[in-house]
Parts: sequence; structure tokens; C-alpha cells
Amino acid sequence: MSRLVPFFGFLLLVALLGFGIWWNSDHDPSAIPSPLLDKPAPAFNLPSLYEPTTTVSKQDLLGKPYLLNVFASWCIECGVEHPVLQAEAPTLGVVLVGYNYKDAPTDAKAWLAQHGNPYQVLIADVSGTTAIDFGVYGAPESFLIDGKGVIRYKHIGPLTSDVVASELKPAIAALQRETP
Amino acid sequence: MRFILFALLMTLLVFAGLAHAQAIEPMPFANHAQELRFQHLTQRLRCPMCQNETLADSNAPIARDLRNQIFRMMQHGSNDDEIKHYLVARYSEFVLYDPPLKSGTWLLWFGPLLILIVGAIAVALVIRKRSQGVGNHGGVIAEAPNENGDDW
Repeated sequence: MSRLVPFFGFLLLVALLGFGIWWNSDHDPSAIPSPLLDKPAPAFNLPSLYEPTTTVSKQDLLGKPYLLNVFASWCIECGVEHPVLQAEAPTLGVVLVGYNYKDAPTDAKAWLAQHGNPYQVLIADVSGTTAIDFGVYGAPESFLIDGKGVIRYKHIGPLTSDVVASELKPAIAALQRETP
Repeated sequence: MRFILFALLMTLLVFAGLAHAQAIEPMPFANHAQELRFQHLTQRLRCPMCQNETLADSNAPIARDLRNQIFRMMQHGSNDDEIKHYLVARYSEFVLYDPPLKSGTWLLWFGPLLILIVGAIAVALVIRKRSQGVGNHGGVIAEAPNENGDDW
């Protein structure tokens, strides 16, 4: 019996490592839960990408829920996410706001001209200072903000059609149920 | 041949120096004490992007932005606690290498101690069993074949 003890020890280690692999494949270990969830979105006032002389503020966007999508032309994952946004934007039922993050406006415009523009509103944060208030640490990131300006859902990394169907759309549906 | 090797080595050294210079850009600190405070603080904060690097070490764009932000806050007279609160409010306690003791972190704080205690109990049990075994069989020789590991 005591001979089996190392074997059981080995099994225990296998179980522990297996759990580690399962746990990390089930959730994204690089996604940090945002402390801003269910809190008012930070105030911002950023220039529009296409008309840099006009600015868009948090107050301007109050009233209707919107999806704030942080993207950049230099971000490879954004290129993965882009076709999904193009396909899903018309059926989301919320305004899609593009948040151009630490990008040269000319690069961003060229990128949108090449890949298509799914956004109804486009704002540019060239320095990335406002993005710190949102807790952004990379692109793409997406925030669902309700009509009162409260962050209701956040997704870190590219929105895939799976994520849109299983997380984003239910979150939007929940919003629409409470504000008829 | 030796000359080529030497030239290659020198080129490598120069590039290594460049890479290092890129990671740490000079900042106009008010005084040396502030610079030390900055270094100490950024070494205790974690980069949200690269996760296993400190804000001081990381070359990720967000780490650079946060270092600049911390620098700006220091120039405006914020103390270390204010800066930590600022970062925690945006990036959660994840950015602290020294997380506060609370219900969600007790395993993190006391887990190693727990494992140590379990290990100590296991060792104590094994030792007790062996010393009893020595008494019963009248010597270590009786158990020797098992200890050789032949049957493994």
C-alpha cells in the first residue's frame, strides 16, 4: 500500500496541472476584471477623427446606450475583430462608437478606408491619456455604456461572433429591457 | 577571424545598449529623492499588459504611458498612496505587487503557509511511522530493499 503513495502523489500533481490547463483555456488569463464595471464611465472630451476641430464628450453621448470600441491601425487583433464588427454593427441595436487609441489620424483614416468603417461616431485619443481613465491597457477593448453613462459590460480582446452572441447581445438585451 | 568575432561582439554590445536606452527614457525629476521614489514605486507596481513585469521594467506602450502619468502626478505633488489609488481605480488591485489582505486574497497570503503546514504534518507522520517500523522489525535492514527503489 505504501508503495502506491508516490503514485497517488503523481496523480495529484497530474490533476493539479490538468486543472491549470483547463482553467486557463476556459478563461483568458490576460483579461483583468475592470473595477469600472457598473460605475459611471469616466468623463472625456476628445476630438472627432474626421473633424478634429469638433469634440465629442461623454455628455454628448448620454441618452442612448452605445458600444465604445477601442481600436488602432497598428493593432493586429483589431484587424481580426474588424470583420465581426462590420457584420454585427447593423444588428446590435446600439450606437457603435470607435475610439481610435494612440494612432496617427492619417493611419487610422487609411485603415478605415481600406477595411471599411462600421462606426457611427469616431473619436481620436492620440496621446492615450483619456484611455488610462478607462483602464485601457491594449487594443481592442470594448465597453457597453448605457444611456445614463454607466459602464455595463466590458470585453478585453477582439470581439468574436461567439462573444457577440453569448455575451454582448444578452448584455444589450438586458439594457433594452430596463429602458423601454 | 578573431577580428570578425570581435567586431560582431562590439556590434551586439552597442545594440544591447540601445535597447536598454529605449526602455528607460530620461525624465526631468525635480531632485534625486524624487527619482528614487519613482523607481521604488514603479518597481512595486505591475504592468497590466505584460503581467509578469513591473512598470519599471516593462517596455510595453501602456507601461510607458503609466510611468509618464506617475511622473506627472509626482510633479503635481501626489504621494505614493494617491498614485496607487489612482491606478487601482482604473486597473484594479491587479497592478499592486503587494495586494491588501482581504477575503479575496487570504489564500494568496496564507496559501504558502498552509502548504508548509500540510508538508510538515506529512513529514512528521512519515518520521513517526518509520521510527515505529524500526522498533517493530528490529532494524533498518528489514526495509532496505524498498528503499533501493528496485521495484520502481
